[in-house]
Amino acid sequence: MAQRIDTKDLNIYYGDFLAVQDVNMTIEPKSVTALIGPSGCGKSTFLRTLNRMHEVIPGARVEGRVEMDGVDLYGPNVDPVAVRKNVGMVFQRPNPFPTMSIRDNVLAGVKLNNKRISKAEADDLVESSLHGANLWNEVKDRLDKPGSGLSGGQQQRLCIARAIAIKPQVLLMDEPCSALDPISTIAIEDLIGELKQEYTIVIVTHNMQQAARVSDRTGFFNIAGTGKPGKLIEMDDTATIFSAPAEKATEDYVSGRFG
Amino acid sequence: MSTTVSPPAQGSRRRRSGNTDRGFNRVFRWIAVGAGATILAVLAAVALFLVSEAWPAIMASPEELAEGVPRYPEDTSLLAYLGPLIYGTILAAVLALFLAVPISMGIALFISHYAPRRLSQLLGALVDLLAAIPSVIYGLWGFFTLAPVLTPIWMWLNDNLGWIPLWGGNASPTGRSMATVGVVLAIMILPIITAVSREVFLQTPKLHEEAALALGATRWEVVKTAVLPFGRSGVISASMLGLGRALGETMAVLMILSPGFTYSLDILAAGQHQTIAAYIAADFPESTGLGVNTLIAAGLALFVITLAVNMAARWVVARRKDFSGAN
Repeated sequence: MAQRIDTKDLNIYYGDFLAVQDVNMTIEPKSVTALIGPSGCGKSTFLRTLNRMHEVIPGARVEGRVEMDGVDLYGPNVDPVAVRKNVGMVFQRPNPFPTMSIRDNVLAGVKLNNKRISKAEADDLVESSLHGANLWNEVKDRLDKPGSGLSGGQQQRLCIARAIAIKPQVLLMDEPCSALDPISTIAIEDLIGELKQEYTIVIVTHNMQQAARVSDRTGFFNIAGTGKPGKLIEMDDTATIFSAPAEKATEDYVSGRFG
Repeated sequence: MSTTVSPPAQGSRRRRSGNTDRGFNRVFRWIAVGAGATILAVLAAVALFLVSEAWPAIMASPEELAEGVPRYPEDTSLLAYLGPLIYGTILAAVLALFLAVPISMGIALFISHYAPRRLSQLLGALVDLLAAIPSVIYGLWGFFTLAPVLTPIWMWLNDNLGWIPLWGGNASPTGRSMATVGVVLAIMILPIITAVSREVFLQTPKLHEEAALALGATRWEVVKTAVLPFGRSGVISASMLGLGRALGETMAVLMILSPGFTYSLDILAAGQHQTIAAYIAADFPESTGLGVNTLIAAGLALFVITLAVNMAARWVVARRKDFSGAN
């Protein structure tokens, strides 16, 4: 179910602007990897290269390799659509499809592939996905109501249910709790702990306590100044990063001295 | 769309604001109220005019109508007389809409989601240019250029697919038929539908498009799951704007269509249909007295149709409000 990701000499551009430079990173399967760093350091940009969402922005491109179990995602014969089916994503703001019911939202990814599934199969998938996102008990009586009627935290869990319904190998989360209240945040964090049994999870967060709570490994990105490219400064076990980082910049950041 | 009425500033709030501010505030309020009232007044004036001027024709007996109105058939009530005109008007508008909406949506989607930026700007400008062509030019073009081009196609449809009711009857050798009118009207309403749809499609939240992309959607699937559902009510509004123009279009129909007063489905045949607007324009110069009243009664019918269409459109848009992107 889960795959390992290696990036090799990854350079990420917006047009001619080099946004992120020389990232070499290993992301272990069935673990949570947190990416932290100050705003604009390129951690979200980096995250979006892992499912080839970066290139949908006009002029955006990538150099280097992103290997998933040894296969380069940017190889010539790789279809970005297939990559995105394999690597799910949860965004900063909850974005259920407003015109669809809760049930249809969960099934949206499955229906995209024009796969015909029977009603019974669909019911099972909706239930298991919503269970997987810890949302089933809250919405089981109103599956036909619009997804936009849920609270922010419920919407975000609906988006997670939608992402895991297509059974990806990897789940990317781009600041999934930044628009949520503390109680919803805890719910999502608990969920992340459960999801890592099955998925490789990469989470970008501004909240260092969150990174410390949920992740097994942490990568610290930093930027030398405006207009300079972001770089991966250090990556290690989360406990090490927060207690005894090798780099001065990491220590300054995690101890709250800047950023 | 919901209308929110902000509570009028009262009491303490009003006292707090400065004198000059309050003065202009009041002026602005009256300007706004006046502008809002004008539209109601104009609408009421037009409706009143239509009803009062149509009244003599509505009240007249078939005998009086046959005597006072040129080419009025014997023993026919006003409603029976206007019926084919109403039918023709709706037929023309529906044909135009049927042709124009899919093409407009295609163009709008191409401009908003497929074309490179440079090309999309050029295309957008070209579409707007189409809207700038006066309808009399469309009429001339339809008569002299489009009709001869379309005639062989209509003939072929008539020969090979004549068993489908719409394409039966005797196809006109000149192309001055409802089918040609439908095509010209479709081209005329294309710009407005395209322009409005394009704006709506461009406003699709990036979040929803990315949600679809991240699920492994192809470009078409992004359009299908995120763009079209979001734009649905906008496209309906755009179509209604187009329908309104098609219903009221006069010159192009008058110049192209060979008129007739039947309920025929044969859109390829000449001398079968006429629209209300073209009928009024054609007969107005030679009408007096009750004849004019009859024309205005036809105008009243057009007014009612347009009103009904707009209300139906609003109902359709409001019906799925919960699922619209607005909440």
